[in-house]
Amino acid sequence: MKFVGHLDMMRYFQKAIRRAGIDIAYSAGYSPHQIMSFASPLGVGLTSDGEYLDIEVNSSKTSEESIAALNREMAEGVEVVSYRKLPEDAKNAMSVVAAADYRISFSEEVAIPSLEQLTERFMMQKEILITKKTKKSEGVVDLKPMIYGLRAKNDTLFMRLATGSAANCKPIHVLEAMAEMKGQEETREAAAALEKLVVRTPYAICIHRLQIYGNTGSGDAPVFTALEDLGEEIV
Amino acid sequence: MNRLALSDEILLKIDKPARYIGNEINSVKKDLKDVNIRFCMCFPDVYEIGMSHLGIQILYHMFNQIEDVYCERVYSPWPDLDQIMRERHIPLFALETQDPVKEFDFLGITIQYEMCYTNILQVLDLSQIPLLAKDRTWDDPVVIGGGPCTYNPEPLADFFDIFYIGEGETVYGALLDVYRDAKAKGLSREEFLLKAANIPGLYVPAFYDVRYHEDGTIASFGPNRPGVPSVVHKEIMMDLDKACYPLKPVVPFVKATQDRVTLEILRGCIRGCRFCQAGMIYRPLRERSVESLKTYAVEMLKNTGYEEINLSSLSSSDHRELKELVTFLMDQWNGQGVNISLPSLRIDAFSLDVMSKVQDVRKSSLTFAPEAGSQRMRDVINKGLTEEVILNGAWEAFLGGWTKVKLYFMLGLPGETEEDIREIARLSEKVAKKYYELPKEQRNGKCQVTASSSFFVPKPFTPFQWVSMNTKSEFLGKARIVNEEMKAQLNRKSLRYNWHEADLTILEGVFARGDRKLCRGLLRAYELGCMFDSWSEYLDNDKWMQAFSECGIDIDFYTSRERDPKEILPWDFIDAGVTKEFLLREYERSKQAVVTPNCRSACAGCGARCYQGGVCFEN
Repeated sequence: MKFVGHLDMMRYFQKAIRRAGIDIAYSAGYSPHQIMSFASPLGVGLTSDGEYLDIEVNSSKTSEESIAALNREMAEGVEVVSYRKLPEDAKNAMSVVAAADYRISFSEEVAIPSLEQLTERFMMQKEILITKKTKKSEGVVDLKPMIYGLRAKNDTLFMRLATGSAANCKPIHVLEAMAEMKGQEETREAAAALEKLVVRTPYAICIHRLQIYGNTGSGDAPVFTALEDLGEEIV
Repeated sequence: MNRLALSDEILLKIDKPARYIGNEINSVKKDLKDVNIRFCMCFPDVYEIGMSHLGIQILYHMFNQIEDVYCERVYSPWPDLDQIMRERHIPLFALETQDPVKEFDFLGITIQYEMCYTNILQVLDLSQIPLLAKDRTWDDPVVIGGGPCTYNPEPLADFFDIFYIGEGETVYGALLDVYRDAKAKGLSREEFLLKAANIPGLYVPAFYDVRYHEDGTIASFGPNRPGVPSVVHKEIMMDLDKACYPLKPVVPFVKATQDRVTLEILRGCIRGCRFCQAGMIYRPLRERSVESLKTYAVEMLKNTGYEEINLSSLSSSDHRELKELVTFLMDQWNGQGVNISLPSLRIDAFSLDVMSKVQDVRKSSLTFAPEAGSQRMRDVINKGLTEEVILNGAWEAFLGGWTKVKLYFMLGLPGETEEDIREIARLSEKVAKKYYELPKEQRNGKCQVTASSSFFVPKPFTPFQWVSMNTKSEFLGKARIVNEEMKAQLNRKSLRYNWHEADLTILEGVFARGDRKLCRGLLRAYELGCMFDSWSEYLDNDKWMQAFSECGIDIDFYTSRERDPKEILPWDFIDAGVTKEFLLREYERSKQAVVTPNCRSACAGCGARCYQGGVCFEN
């Protein structure tokens, strides 16, 4: 599903939900649409183990039955692993998203020397300024407060990044910023290798989303709770 | 996950990579160990267009029901991928297994419009299959063409091994049997084709020779060896309820042009519009029963999850049980977000009532196809739509809250005068005027009447197959006159007028009534880089002109030349049901502006009665 875009994925689920006979609610009006919200769009080229969408239903079978019904309608490469009931007053998935975990690996033929060291140095910086271009403007953004965690292990990077409407940081932005660390002796080689990847062969970078979280704490003291844990099994 | 033919690097570089990965819902997976015949079905245009085509879904479904046959799909790679595949010599692959098309037993190409001809060459070329049929061996798939354009297959004769003339549901089984037999006996490709040529409806162009007069017209046409029929009869499925129907159509990831269930409610047409090829070659009209249609609709919506169902036909209102079907659909899915679309529907009280229930009246527009501006011209083309009917329909629509009306016309119809085309603007004005007859408090702002005109291309197997087609400058001159007349109308601010591109129409005109001599020109145009000609951003008319001139092809010979009724036409060897006598009779009546009643009112003796069914035997 790596090559299916977000909008196509939404359409895919709208149809799958109809095929599976989920009693989804429709909006009123001339062109009624399913009441459905995706937590966070996944770009083309990314893979994931932790995607969420929430829907409003008129009635529901049990979690187990619904998962089975949905999985009978899935294409190879997509699996529904959980189906849970959210509290009546829950906000939609899109608006509760606060963070996401990613695993970044590199194609077999690519090796980045001393990736751990680069990661450590990178996180020791007080601020990580990047220029972010949008359609309308260009601005300098500090990535540091949006990186909740970053570590390297066996040529693989794991990161937890701010996600959602309030603050949003993409893994590629972190990689681009890491590739800027060419100034210091210890990190020069690794940063250069990373830069080559980002610029020349971005397809060799495998970005995999692991989990999406909501914040059940406060703004200053966030507590990241996997979206799944915000709901309960229907039995 | 299945293996993909293209690397991540390529897929991430090109537009809409999901076009090329297969694995769609309802696509068929088979174990190749159980498969004897691999059939690749192709629509030679971009994926989103090809996936919207019902015919391929029918045949895909039909082939895959046969146990030892595996049918897969392929579409034209978009120019971004096309370029990469050429540079890196990546062979074109089928979507399901991602295997090269060249490894298949058959490559079936549906030919829906003339301007996809260069894309056919693109598909063959990228598949690394020799472009010319004569250069192919058993190492290549058997290349077979079907669809409406095969009613004049001659401009493509050099590139196809076989053409299937008529409806696909009938004789593919026989062809596969002949193929299995040929393979078992170790027959040569030519021996196999000879057997295929004897299956009704199949035309093997290599077994026919054409000789020409000095002026370029055909002197003789016929088989070049014994045992090959001199006439090829079209194939037709008389009992549509017995035809297979794709109840589990493939649902693409990428949004297709037709993002909905297509339910073909009838085939053929009773109207007999003299310009319309579909209305002639699909004769006689045959309906699917309302019981079948109800079952199909329920099943297909359930199996696909689509939110819209499109009732498809040449003229939906002519299905005698349409009301029952539409009422059923509306009752069944009321409030569950299933939209019903009814193109080619006559505008009357019933259809307006239906449409007001399924669409947002304020946003949608109503479409009329008067085809010609003046009543005289509508009589010439046998379009049985009067000004009164149009204006009443518009009035009803305005009363119902609609404010947008679309009107479709053609320019360049035979015998057309300047007065006739000025009537296009005047009719548009009358429609707009109707709106302003509404009391002010019932109006919803201004109305918008959009008139569009396309340029008329004479097609084989129509009463106009002999007529002269307008030249580019004639076409554009006419469009200018209409535009000027539009601007002279009182309600001009409520009128819009747009017209089609003329270059494309001329090319379409060349190929529609072309002969074998065009094969060279087509090949040359492709070599020069022509592709995706139906996409205005890719049509390169200069290259086409260069190709034609290099190959000594005179455009006017094919377009503006009026044919003598005695001339041998390139498609005369095909029996499409409608007789030449009937077409000539209709041509004569058109010159007198005499209308011919529709099939249900009175039989016009077109010849389609020979199929022993359909509308000819309704009572």
